[in-house]
Amino acid sequence: MFKKIFLEPLFKGNPITVLVLGICSALAVTVKLEPALVMALSVIIVTGFSSLILSFLRNTIPNRIRIIVQLVVVATLVIIVDQILRAYAYNVSKQLSVFVGLIITNCIIMGRIEAFALGNKPWPSFVDGLTNGAGYGLILVAVAFIRELLGSGTLLGVQIIPQSWYMTNGGFYENNGLIILPPMALIILGIVIWIQRSISKGLIEKQ
Amino acid sequence: MNTNSNTYTFIYASILVVVVAAALAFVSEVLKPIQQSNIESEKRLNILRSAHLALELNGVSNRNSYVADMFNKYVTNSYCVDNDPKLPVYECTLDDGSTVYVVEVSGQGLWGPIWGFISLKDDMNTIYGAVFDHKGETPGLGAEISTKEFARQFEGKTIFDNNRFISISVVKGGAKPGDNHAVDAISGGTITSNALQEMLYNSLEAYIPFFNSKTHQ
Repeated sequence: MFKKIFLEPLFKGNPITVLVLGICSALAVTVKLEPALVMALSVIIVTGFSSLILSFLRNTIPNRIRIIVQLVVVATLVIIVDQILRAYAYNVSKQLSVFVGLIITNCIIMGRIEAFALGNKPWPSFVDGLTNGAGYGLILVAVAFIRELLGSGTLLGVQIIPQSWYMTNGGFYENNGLIILPPMALIILGIVIWIQRSISKGLIEKQ
Repeated sequence: MNTNSNTYTFIYASILVVVVAAALAFVSEVLKPIQQSNIESEKRLNILRSAHLALELNGVSNRNSYVADMFNKYVTNSYCVDNDPKLPVYECTLDDGSTVYVVEVSGQGLWGPIWGFISLKDDMNTIYGAVFDHKGETPGLGAEISTKEFARQFEGKTIFDNNRFISISVVKGGAKPGDNHAVDAISGGTITSNALQEMLYNSLEAYIPFFNSKTHQ
C-alpha cells in the first residue's frame, strides 16, 4: 500500500506528465534550476501539509463548505511559504514572483485533497501529498536542468560549459537562446512525456 | 454530531477563520523585520548598480551585509532636494575619484508601479547608468525593463539638448542610430515602454532645479 502511494506519483501517475496537472507553473519557473528547486520544495510542502491537515479534519468538515475549507487551508499554507521565502530567499522569491501565490490554484493540490486526503487517514495522506508534490518537482527540476544547461551554459548559476568553447572566445559553441523562451519548456515537457510513454507502454491509449 | 446543520457549519467556519487569521498575523509579524531589511538592501543594491557598482554577487555569503558595506563605501552623500514629493539624491564617489549623482524615478506601469535609479555624470546631462524594476509587469514582455540589456541602452544618452530638457524617449520599432535622446522600446511591451518614457520625463523634470543648481555652480 505505502509503496504504491510512494512510487506511483513519481512515475506511473506523475501529476505533470501523466495527469497533466500544474503545467503553467511548470513552464514558467523552469528557466533556471534554482527557482525550479525552490518552487518544487514549496509545492511539496504545501501538498504534504494541506493533505495532512485536511485529513485530520476530514470527519469534522461540514460537507456544504468542504471546498471553501480546503481552499482556506491551502491558501494559508501558500501565504506562509511565500512569507518565509520573502524573508529567507528574497532573490528567488522575486524570480518566482506571482507563481508562489499561484500554487493555490495548482490543480495537483485540490485534486489530491479531494481524491485522497478526505477519504484516508492522516499519515497515508501526508505521504500521498508529499510524493505528488515530489512528482511535480521531479519534472520541474528535470526540465529546468536541461533549460539552464543548454540555454545559459550554467547549473545553479555555476558555469558548466567551459568558457573556451564559446565562439566569442574562439571556440565552436553558443548558448541556445531558444531554450530560455517559454515554448521550449513545452517542447521539452513533450519529449519527457514521449520518453516516459515509450518506457511504460501501459500509458499509451488504445486506438 | 450532525455536521450538516446550519449552526455547526457557521461555528466551524468562524473558528476556522479566526485560527487562520491568528496564524497568518503571527507569521507576518515575526518575519516583517527580515523582509524589511531585504527590501532596504535591494534598494541600496539598485542604487549601487545604477552606478555600475556591486555587479557581481556570486560567492557573496551574506548578501545584505555586503550590500551595506558597499553602500557605505561608495555612497558618500545622500539627501533630498525637495520634500514634496520626495526627491532623493545619492552621490557616489567612484574608484577613479569622479562623482556620479543617482536620482530616483518612479511611475505607473501596466499592472502596477515601476521605478528605477538613474546615475548622471557631473555634467548633470549624460546618463552613466540605469536600473529599472517593476512590481508586476507581464513576464517576458513589459517585465523586460528590469533586464541589464534594456538598461544598458541608456548609458551615454543625454537628457538635455542645449540646456533644453528633453528626457529620453522609448521608441517603438527602434531608436534611430545616433539619437542621443532615445532608446529601443520592448516588443510586445508597448504600454510598459510608454509608461517608462512618461516616468522618466515626469521624474527627471522634477529634478531640473537641482540639475541647474549643480551645473551653474
